[in-house]
Amino acid sequence: MKNTISHRVADFLKNFPPFNVMGQKDIETLSEQVTIIYKEKDSIVFSETDEPHSHFYVVHKGAVALKKGADKRIMDMCDEGDIFGLRPLMALENYKMSARAHEESILYAIPIDIFKPYARKNIEVGNFLLESFASNTRNPYSKSHRGKLYDEAPDPLPIVPNTQVLDLQRVQYSKKLVSCSPGTSVKSIAKKMTEKNVGAMLVVKDKMPIGIITDKDLRNNIVSGKYPITTKASEIMISPVITYDKNLTITQAQMAMMKSNISHLCITKDGTPNSKAIGILSKHDVMVALGNNPAVLIKAIKRSKKIKSIKRIRKSVTHLLQDYLDQNIPLTLTTKIISELNDACVKQIIKLSLAEMPDKPPVNFAWLALGSQGRSEQLLQTDQDNALVFDNVPEEKLMETTDYFLKLAKIVNKGLFDIGYDYCPAEMMASNPSWCLSLEEWKKTIAQWIINPGTDEVLLSSIFFDYNITYGDASLVNQLSEHIFETTKKYPIFYLHLASGALQNPSPTGFFRQLLVEQDGEHKDTFDLKRRALMPLTDAARVLILSHSVKSINSTAERFEKLAELEPNNEEIFMACSYATRALLKFRTKQGLLHNDSGRYIAIDKLTKEERIKLKRTFKTIKEIQELVSIRFKVTNLLR
Amino acid sequence: MIHFFKKKVPNYPEFWQEYERSFEEKPKEDLDQVRFVVLDTETTGFDYLNDRILCIGALSLCNKNIAINQSLELYIKQEHYNAETAEIHGILKNGGASYISEEEALKLFLGYLKNAVIVAHHAIFDINMINKALQRHGLPKLKNKYLDTSNLYKKTLLNSNVFKKKEHYSLDELAEKYDISKKDRHTAIGDAYITAIAFLKIKGRLKGKGHLKLKDLLKMG
Repeated sequence: MKNTISHRVADFLKNFPPFNVMGQKDIETLSEQVTIIYKEKDSIVFSETDEPHSHFYVVHKGAVALKKGADKRIMDMCDEGDIFGLRPLMALENYKMSARAHEESILYAIPIDIFKPYARKNIEVGNFLLESFASNTRNPYSKSHRGKLYDEAPDPLPIVPNTQVLDLQRVQYSKKLVSCSPGTSVKSIAKKMTEKNVGAMLVVKDKMPIGIITDKDLRNNIVSGKYPITTKASEIMISPVITYDKNLTITQAQMAMMKSNISHLCITKDGTPNSKAIGILSKHDVMVALGNNPAVLIKAIKRSKKIKSIKRIRKSVTHLLQDYLDQNIPLTLTTKIISELNDACVKQIIKLSLAEMPDKPPVNFAWLALGSQGRSEQLLQTDQDNALVFDNVPEEKLMETTDYFLKLAKIVNKGLFDIGYDYCPAEMMASNPSWCLSLEEWKKTIAQWIINPGTDEVLLSSIFFDYNITYGDASLVNQLSEHIFETTKKYPIFYLHLASGALQNPSPTGFFRQLLVEQDGEHKDTFDLKRRALMPLTDAARVLILSHSVKSINSTAERFEKLAELEPNNEEIFMACSYATRALLKFRTKQGLLHNDSGRYIAIDKLTKEERIKLKRTFKTIKEIQELVSIRFKVTNLLR
Repeated sequence: MIHFFKKKVPNYPEFWQEYERSFEEKPKEDLDQVRFVVLDTETTGFDYLNDRILCIGALSLCNKNIAINQSLELYIKQEHYNAETAEIHGILKNGGASYISEEEALKLFLGYLKNAVIVAHHAIFDINMINKALQRHGLPKLKNKYLDTSNLYKKTLLNSNVFKKKEHYSLDELAEKYDISKKDRHTAIGDAYITAIAFLKIKGRLKGKGHLKLKDLLKMG
């Protein structure tokens, strides 16, 4: 009798070695004997020294970590199509490594006694298995990174910047400046550049940089025939030059280049264009200085043509984050870089999704990141929260336009899911018709929230008002922000509700200053870092900054810094809040990386004394800021 | 002595009696030991009286494992035939795979099902269809406990006023949500497979709320 499920298995297997070299018929026969196994996250497939199973395994969905030794070092990470647990096929001995589901996974278990004859019959199959068994690193990623990532002994002492902290080293720029005057002809410039073997020439006047000419400019302007070869430098040079001082770090240089999309920076004596040029820094210099680094990753993301390759890069981003935290690099910088990378991933997914649509978007639109992503505070991958706003269209076109964007959003949401952002359990995603609206509809919805602020409305606002544009037309988003400020000014009662919402989070400590843990449920006896510590700060920052009508500052820490600037008399408390936010965020990220989860729930008894003290110190700040909010917005006890 | 009061026990065929006997074993509470049979039926339509089962697909699920060689796919010879739905399922009357009579199919199905807990998407529909078929052959209703993935799925969703749960969630929606390939959708066994994987994922998500027992699941749906 035909079996539809075995066809499904066969269709999957035939794409991966060693099954790809087996005959179709053989795969189908083999597939009929396969067992499909579901593994929850963190559940064990087999442990070290377990008796051999009668199957070996192929990962169909998810990821399985192979670990070894008492310290449970990760030896290999198997994902889609990878095989593991081959030992029983080769030797009659117990497993030497343990296999544990790193994510929720579906495995195909292939019975060894049935598979063996095929391996004997087909030399290619046998060889592949021998090879992967011997190396257990089919995955090139694990090979290049293992030494660096897992062999590092944890060092409790403050880490002295060593050669690994390349990112924060000062740049090595070329001090032999190749320059010319504005009147030099491009022909002689080209000659000189070839002679000196450089990709860019600085144009200086009185030793100060006034412009730059790169290989690209010569190609675009001269070779293309736009300008004659006798043209003077001043006519085609790019001006003004982006300048920095010599204390620029490699990471800063990368960010600057990324931001302005340029390949050369000029180093001047005091960092401004009005002082002496002392050197030039090219993208190449930066690349040479670094191996695996954010700029390389960004480039890789931008070049990705498939969601799957973005997923792979995302994994490197997580490793980068781990490295940064291990090396105690300031969280401000870490957050910036990681957010920038996450942002690039989302952007690329939207680009790929747009290419998948049959038509171009009918009108301009903007993709909004909400919640922690919107606040650029998302270091670990959590749920996705997003929304879409599109330009107003005539009534009769609305349905059609909404349909287009819903369709687009669905593809993007799926893409985000594929690279590891779980779907939002409350459906706050652009593919949900209530979160994919025209500018006019959004304005109406928001006005509704502000004018009738019930509990739900306040909750919705607190999620939505942290939006940040990821992709698309920024003017739409600006109009939306303007609208929010105007409406809240007209209905100041809204601040009161938002403020009382901000005070509703449960207190982190009890009467005896002990940490309060969850009483029941899945996370019993753990400390809810997000709800009890981070959210009060985030909520307070939001309502305060909104009351100052400050837009486009979304990160909580930066909001507090801005508040400190706006209200010098409260500077101290706001700076303390900014510091506390960063400390808690770092704490959460570290916990999350440690347990491969969102880091939200913390087992108190697993913390060191020092960590506990650190955590408690932030609570005083939380209490103070809550008092400030309560007094400022006159939140009475009645409302609370 | 009191034959007088005792209802006359109809003389059921051997395969039914064997099916009944399988229920003498006490059901297990530990979910990893329970045998689930995940099933889907393709029918000629949605009318319990006039429509017939075209195909039954079933997988058995023990301790989160699905052994492919222990799945069941039965195609039933048709007298009643509805051209419209046949198009959706791509099953043509008496074409393609080997077909058996309805009675033969029930016999094989009960022999396979035994006392397992049935899991199906909108389970009540499949169960009613099977019960009607049993009735046509003078047999009582199915005795198995059952779970509906549509109801269970709803339990995984957030309880919040800010978004409304739908009354029903289709198998397509579950497949999309849980990233299950929709290949073989609308074949009985293909849908049974999607249901099985969805069920496992749902169970994983519900488990977080304490140690789940069979009776908890049965309460939920």
